[in-house]
Amino acid sequence: MSDMLRNTVRFVVFILVQEFVLFQIHPLHRFIVPYVYFLYILWLPFSMGRASLMLLSFVFGLTLDYFTQTPGLHAAACVLIAYLRPFVVNILLPQEGAEQNYKSPSPVSMGWAPYFLYVVVLTLVHNIYLVLLEWLQFGSFLYFLGKVLATSGISIMLILIAELLFFRKEKFRTNTA
Amino acid sequence: MRNIFLFIRRYFNFVFFVVLQIAALYILFHYNKFHEAVFSGVANEITGTVGGRYSDVASYFSLKKTNDQLAKENTELRNELLSNIDRPDTTQRVIQDTVPYDTLGHYRKYVWRDAKVVNNSVSLPYNTLTINRGEKQGVQKNMGVISPGGVVGVVINTSNNFAVVMSLLHRQSRLAVSLKKTGESGQLSWDGVSPEVMTLKNIPKSAQVAIGDSVVTSPYGSYRFPQGIMVGTITDIIDDKSSFYVLKIKPSTNFFNVQYVSVVENLQKDEQAKLEEATKNVQ
Repeated sequence: MSDMLRNTVRFVVFILVQEFVLFQIHPLHRFIVPYVYFLYILWLPFSMGRASLMLLSFVFGLTLDYFTQTPGLHAAACVLIAYLRPFVVNILLPQEGAEQNYKSPSPVSMGWAPYFLYVVVLTLVHNIYLVLLEWLQFGSFLYFLGKVLATSGISIMLILIAELLFFRKEKFRTNTA
Repeated sequence: MRNIFLFIRRYFNFVFFVVLQIAALYILFHYNKFHEAVFSGVANEITGTVGGRYSDVASYFSLKKTNDQLAKENTELRNELLSNIDRPDTTQRVIQDTVPYDTLGHYRKYVWRDAKVVNNSVSLPYNTLTINRGEKQGVQKNMGVISPGGVVGVVINTSNNFAVVMSLLHRQSRLAVSLKKTGESGQLSWDGVSPEVMTLKNIPKSAQVAIGDSVVTSPYGSYRFPQGIMVGTITDIIDDKSSFYVLKIKPSTNFFNVQYVSVVENLQKDEQAKLEEATKNVQ
């Protein structure tokens, strides 16, 4: 499957799963909202330019926003993590040139520990920003803190499960081949 | 000038990031103020269609419950039919007036339209429902929406064939309600915590309230709903220091499985609103 097709299918699947599966779960607690959809942005290939990465994330977030009737909320958070993604990847890549050898960020291409850190950092950033935007309109600081922690915990757990269930084989590419 | 271009090229990514952020935040805050957003008509149509497909499937799972609910409502309505009531007094006869319309000036005030819920959320702080009736079917903004259980919310956005309803479980939702027993009016809102608990304020301490009392739509304040539609029951009474009660209300609508709703149109709304607006200008 080409990258374009694969990512288009993922776009649709992530939006539908987030809206019709995860948002339909009866609330366990007011702090817990299972967000997984932004994993789409974490899985995008290394080769994408930063501007197109942000633009795609904006469109992706806005699409989800139209389902939840909160235009701009998720889009803002998505653009933020898309902007920060290249910095985090550069710091965490184990050796120079790995982004040429592999297609996209995964446990195989980055190693489990760096990849896990990459997921944790971007999940926290995403949730802090998302809850902050909500918090600007209501709520107390305790609400903010509790929701960020609980939501991030659930998100990271679900992302790990997704990584294990849908294990992505990454081929090692070299110039010689 | 050249330096400006160089600067923009050097920091293009950051500038682009800021532009996208501003666009997103502008849409967000603009939307919350006016309940409108860019392309919301087209987007509504698309998300509504997808939601309709989904609810077609999901509705099978609660078919039995819905049937029970509808059967119950049917019986209730049948009980209200005039033919159920016998006239015990046979000495009097009803005389048909020859004038075909009512000289007392009775007129229709509310029109009801049925609709099906195609998209629904309960787990977010801003919960909305999408229904499969829109402008082409006569649904407009600010109409009230009612389910067999009670009040559901208010229409905030419409497209050709779909409408978005702000659920009572929405942080910006405000509803004028009154106690069924004694008639004191107050304002019902939701704090975003639990879908089972809403807050009713502005009920004076002089009112007699008890846990379990019914709360219905108020005759004043809102012209969206007819008077006396069920909203919920009191589950807790909080006695704070002011001269008003704070009451916790359990909504009578089950937002988790609401499927069929009615949209209420008040035919005299414009006239009333116009008069009140004009009076405000006089003062």
